[in-house]
Amino acid sequence: MTKKAFRPDVDAPEWKGGHTPYDIIKEGTIALLVIALLTLIFAVVFGSPDEAAITIKSWSNADPIDFATTALSELNGTSISASYGAPYNHNGASQQIGPLQLAKWVGVRIPINSAQNFVIEPLKALPNEPTLDADLKQYSSASSSTQTGWLNAYAKASADMKFVKGQVVVNTTNAGPVPVMINDLTTMARSGALDQDLLNDNGFYTTDYTKPLLFLADSQYLGNLATEQHLGGDQWGMMNETGNYPGQAWLWLYTFWYQIPPFNQSGNGDALVWAVMMVLSVLLLLVPVIPGLRSIPRKLRIYRLIWREHYRDSGGSS
Amino acid sequence: MSNAEIDRQWTTRLRRRVEGKLPPEKVLPDTQPSYVASWIYVFGVATLASLGVVIFTGCVLALRGPQWWHGSQYGHFVNSLHLWSVEIFFFTMVIHLWGKFAMAAWRGGRTLTWMTGVVTFLASIATAFTGYASQSNFDSQWITTQAKDGINATGAGAYFNVLNLGQMLMWHIVLLPIAAVVLTALHVILVRIKGVVPPFEDDVKPAAQKVAVGE
Repeated sequence: MTKKAFRPDVDAPEWKGGHTPYDIIKEGTIALLVIALLTLIFAVVFGSPDEAAITIKSWSNADPIDFATTALSELNGTSISASYGAPYNHNGASQQIGPLQLAKWVGVRIPINSAQNFVIEPLKALPNEPTLDADLKQYSSASSSTQTGWLNAYAKASADMKFVKGQVVVNTTNAGPVPVMINDLTTMARSGALDQDLLNDNGFYTTDYTKPLLFLADSQYLGNLATEQHLGGDQWGMMNETGNYPGQAWLWLYTFWYQIPPFNQSGNGDALVWAVMMVLSVLLLLVPVIPGLRSIPRKLRIYRLIWREHYRDSGGSS
Repeated sequence: MSNAEIDRQWTTRLRRRVEGKLPPEKVLPDTQPSYVASWIYVFGVATLASLGVVIFTGCVLALRGPQWWHGSQYGHFVNSLHLWSVEIFFFTMVIHLWGKFAMAAWRGGRTLTWMTGVVTFLASIATAFTGYASQSNFDSQWITTQAKDGINATGAGAYFNVLNLGQMLMWHIVLLPIAAVVLTALHVILVRIKGVVPPFEDDVKPAAQKVAVGE
């Protein structure tokens, strides 16, 4: 029977040297106390951020024109949510990695119809609004081409949209019921009623904020606030948090790809970044069994620094 | 009952297997190889200690519910403790990971020890992310609306909806912590079974070495 040759990056020599006393319980206790103390010091000195969440109400009061413009984009299907694709709807091309269209294959599992969910259904929920009810009926019973004509006329005129005395003002006479719908939705939002309406799908109790968050994310307002807080996608985005805090620094590599081509220029950027990170994660996992990769530590020789006392005492080798 | 019958019992076989693999002197050793003499070894136990503080501060936060820390100065302070224990946890874990990489700590049949460590690291990232997603403040609004695009692109967003606060909170305080703790326990058990990887035998030609501990 022949012995296998020693593979330095796979095998380890049997230790035949000496041993030193080791009190594992004492070590663990001291480590726990030191970490607890460090945590306490950092918490006392630096605290933690807690910037209050924005609401549809606060957004529509702070920037009613942005709200009305976003509402129009939900109604005419030009918002990000309206044209997202899977898992929300079939209105957009899902991202893909080469031939792999993973999101599309999984399909629409969280159905979102932006016009219905964000504009028409909330307006229908408003009680005792006969004029609005009539306008909603007119809109719903109109042909698709008529609706498109109204929406295009409103969109064209909304370049000069104003907000005067609590009303959204757009100078157009060809937009049918759309001006009333957008204005009433803005009024509803400013009252806070839209915040609640977007959460009511599951009844009284709910913890699902998918709809209001998608609506907010379609605005300019949320992105502008995030950029002010150095949270923009080109500012290392979601690994940061408000204020001067380290945030999720461990996501630096994931966020890094979003800063460089082709990831920050491709329509499939998210899918490509995830693909790269999955490959890198698998490589990290499989380092021990990948020839070449597992030799890197031996070639880098950083271990000479770690075990410097051992090599000094043994005169260079084990 | 005969001895043979007792020997065949599942309980007996499991106990003997555990005793053989992990005798008390390996579980609670009182000596260690003399090469274990570097500050880098501190970061393994520091990671475990940080995890303990993370879990403890998270449990204190859980006592009064997810909204408590927004309206209470005590709650906010506990949140600060939780945040910084997480930061220290990742700091120590990343140094531990790269230290073990530099030592090629998978050698000598320790591949599974390395792998459980890497998976624990990835599970910890997911745990921390769901924590940021379930803060119910501006940060969580921004982080989730940005992160959804990446997760949706993989197809996973259809089932792992980062905009669903309830789902994120449950993953953060139940499912992922269980995964992280179980993986950590497995990792530590493997470390205790296999011991700390010995140094490279420098200046000795591979052909002249004998495989003492291998895969």
